[in-house]
Amino acid sequence: MSNVRVLVGTRKGAFILTSDGKREKWDVSGPHFAGWEIYHVKGSVADPSRIYASQTSGWFGQIIQRSDDGGKTWIQPGTPAGEPTTTPEGVPKGESNKFLYDASAETGKPLTTHQWYDGKPHPWEFKRVWHLEPSLDNPDTVYAGVEDAALFRSTNGGQTWQELPGLRGHGTGSLWQPGAGGMCLHTILLDPGNRERIFVAISAAGAFRSDDAGVTWKPINQGLYSQYIPNPTAEVGHCVHRIAMHPSHPNVLFMQKHWDVMRSNDAGDSWQEISGNLPTDFGFVIDVHAHQPETIYVVPIKSDGEHYPPEGKLRVYRSRTGGNEWEPLTKGLPQSNCYVNVLRDAMAVDSLDSCGVYFGTTGGQVYGSADAGETWAPIVRDLPAVLSVEVQTLP
Amino acid sequence: MILVVIPPHLRTLAGVRGDVELEVDGEVTRRSVLDALEARYPMLRGTIREHVAGERRPFLRFFACGEDVTHQPADAPLPQAIASGAEPFYIIGAIAGG
Repeated sequence: MSNVRVLVGTRKGAFILTSDGKREKWDVSGPHFAGWEIYHVKGSVADPSRIYASQTSGWFGQIIQRSDDGGKTWIQPGTPAGEPTTTPEGVPKGESNKFLYDASAETGKPLTTHQWYDGKPHPWEFKRVWHLEPSLDNPDTVYAGVEDAALFRSTNGGQTWQELPGLRGHGTGSLWQPGAGGMCLHTILLDPGNRERIFVAISAAGAFRSDDAGVTWKPINQGLYSQYIPNPTAEVGHCVHRIAMHPSHPNVLFMQKHWDVMRSNDAGDSWQEISGNLPTDFGFVIDVHAHQPETIYVVPIKSDGEHYPPEGKLRVYRSRTGGNEWEPLTKGLPQSNCYVNVLRDAMAVDSLDSCGVYFGTTGGQVYGSADAGETWAPIVRDLPAVLSVEVQTLP
Repeated sequence: MILVVIPPHLRTLAGVRGDVELEVDGEVTRRSVLDALEARYPMLRGTIREHVAGERRPFLRFFACGEDVTHQPADAPLPQAIASGAEPFYIIGAIAGG
């Protein structure tokens, strides 16, 4: 029988939740990296034992952690245990923590500023890694989406990182602005049908696509309407919260924007609104059923000023029609006095026959459904605020 | 032997308990102490001083013999009590937020 491993990043450490295919009884391990903010933990599809974690702190900066045994033990890949701690030249390692923007004249097209909240130019400053996306083929290749927004790649298991500078340098970078959570690159989607194609999303710049493995990029925001920016249909400046894709239909993208739930049928070249009958179309997460490409999930949040579910009722909304027609899923979820948020990277699905859906809240609950959302139960309910949830379906 | 007290989060990261004992070559200054600390525990590179310019991270401060030496020159000699190991060199995380 298959097993499921749920990787949870929280404000004060990482937790790993494991269960068999029934998903009724769970083992909880953690906190890993206790006391540190863990923005994201994600396993490799190519080698499920390989897991990457982004460990960060406002005091101490960015740390990358890697496990090669499914989360039992961890190393910083730039300073593996048992290896020399310095280079032959005597320089200390620790390279895995180093994210340096490409400023070379040859490749960097040096960009010195983006826009600050007040519209003034502001220098690019690395703050943290929001999202780690392992390659679909090679466990040693992994992408990192960072704040201030840029895309990095490691091809040596996270030991060293290089920016893919074509994203910041394609022409609109100087117009990007931070969202309320900072100017973060939070979504990285790798197209399983076309290894040259990568999608990313940045708050608050929008969505972008590369068709040459990350060398060149273009904005893909046509059809987005954001009433909170000076030009609501601008090429960039949209606060995209999350994008999701079903691997069998990689040209179909689903987006939870600041306000509005959107859909693209042409790999982001154009977008249409599919908010339909949602009680509010503000929210952060969006995800797709593992086996039904037109079944999608969101968690509506009351507004940008009130980051909690409307009416204090925690409801996942599901559309079986690819949007516009939504049904609330409430069985097992609190339906009164619930004022938690579900952050953008905090929902995931497993790929068992009966698709499991999982999400974590800022109140420290991780909820799971083993029946595609019909019924829910808390796996754990008293963790630190959950920042991210990912799932591995193991043989 | 120099004694260095590092914040709990960095102890976890470096896998140490209690004070750190270091040998420092040459004059004992803030820079030479931090160089020795990072050489011994390379996982701390970037956590006290930023990678690019090597500048102190904003929420960290340094104390020696009860004195705040955060804003003194990095190459200024530290007190003899630090150099002799009689007193520890403190790296303190500022109390910011809850």
